[in-house]
Amino acid sequence: MSTLAELDTEDDLVARARAAIEEVCDPEIPVLTIADLGVLRSVEVTADGEIEVAITPTYSGCPAMDVIGFDIKTALAKTGIDNARVRQVLSPAWTTDWMSEAGKAKLRAYGIAPPAGRASRRALFGEESIACSHCGSHETEKVSEFGSTACKALWRCKICREPFDYFKCI
Amino acid sequence: MATTSISFTETPLLNLVLRRADDALILGHRLSKWCGHAPMVEEDIALANIALDLIGQARSLYDYAARIDDSGFTEDHFAYRRDEHQYRNCLLVEQPNGDFAATVVRQVLFSAFMDLYWRETMKSRDETLAAIAAKAEKETAYHLRHSGEWLIRLGDGTDESHARAQEALDELWAYTGELFETDETERAVIESGVTPDVGSRQESWQKRIEPILREATLKIPSAPFMHTGGRSGRHSEHLGYILADLQYLQRAHPEAVW
Repeated sequence: MSTLAELDTEDDLVARARAAIEEVCDPEIPVLTIADLGVLRSVEVTADGEIEVAITPTYSGCPAMDVIGFDIKTALAKTGIDNARVRQVLSPAWTTDWMSEAGKAKLRAYGIAPPAGRASRRALFGEESIACSHCGSHETEKVSEFGSTACKALWRCKICREPFDYFKCI
Repeated sequence: MATTSISFTETPLLNLVLRRADDALILGHRLSKWCGHAPMVEEDIALANIALDLIGQARSLYDYAARIDDSGFTEDHFAYRRDEHQYRNCLLVEQPNGDFAATVVRQVLFSAFMDLYWRETMKSRDETLAAIAAKAEKETAYHLRHSGEWLIRLGDGTDESHARAQEALDELWAYTGELFETDETERAVIESGVTPDVGSRQESWQKRIEPILREATLKIPSAPFMHTGGRSGRHSEHLGYILADLQYLQRAHPEAVW
């Protein structure tokens, strides 16, 4: 049986850990935190008193996962938590629907068009209408289905003529 | 520090997971060879990204294989320390990249199969496979859309691109029969609800690719002969060269890490 005082401490520990972890940014899109992205799944204290952080990859081969794991441990170490474990979970599968509204606004401000609408097979095989992240026009065209990272595609605006990254909706 | 191949007991579940993992690794390795060589920079990026998705899927699957085997091997042992005859991939994925048309045709044929497979495997009774499937399904659907659009562009393009796409289709079609083969080992995991029965999915697969081929003005070849053998470790000569390239470092410097 845990005493009330111990439980309090545990809650404090999780709160402290969570506050530190939520500041960790995606190494490839540094304007987004892993909480904004929906990559951070949970922060818990295990039976043996360790902090266990669960993260989920955006894509199966996302090369940022190792860096994110390292950054989480570094952020925790800075607040004095040295005994942390980072675990990868696949289920439920990450979807762009998990990206927070604040995250989408940050992406737009950074010059990346956020995922349009909800993820679905119909959306994937249907027509896409993406607003230009610079001028907001919908007169845009796809240049490349794949972009600088696994999660992005390259688009171009026909009005302002600027190319822009689009965070794919999956 | 051993450089020799590993030996392990291949249960029906482990065999199934290796079939999926080896398909993904070998095709991912093949596609990665386009990096820096594709016809245009956008396609260079696309093929490298598809390769990355496949190698990511392979890692999840090899990691699961290591947990099933439970004798201390890791994902790397399964990737780097097995010989050709221990590899369980289908022959289609080990076929050479050829020209861009051949790579696109191979991608359409394989992605259409995996799109069906992963979608059904999301309902698997095996939780880990279902979780891997849920991730891979979205990626694979994107690969199918991308390669399908390219095949239409090539088939319905110039005389030259049409001829090359048709030639690739004629050549690679003979490797599609194997995708739908099941054997006694696989039967065990089909019956326990772990994996869908691919044997009965050939028609759905053909329905999926027919509209693409029609729009591409390409004809399905009448190929009575179908190659087979990959699932039981009888590979074409190509796999040995792939593994020599892929495994060299780990065989020469075992356990080397970055």
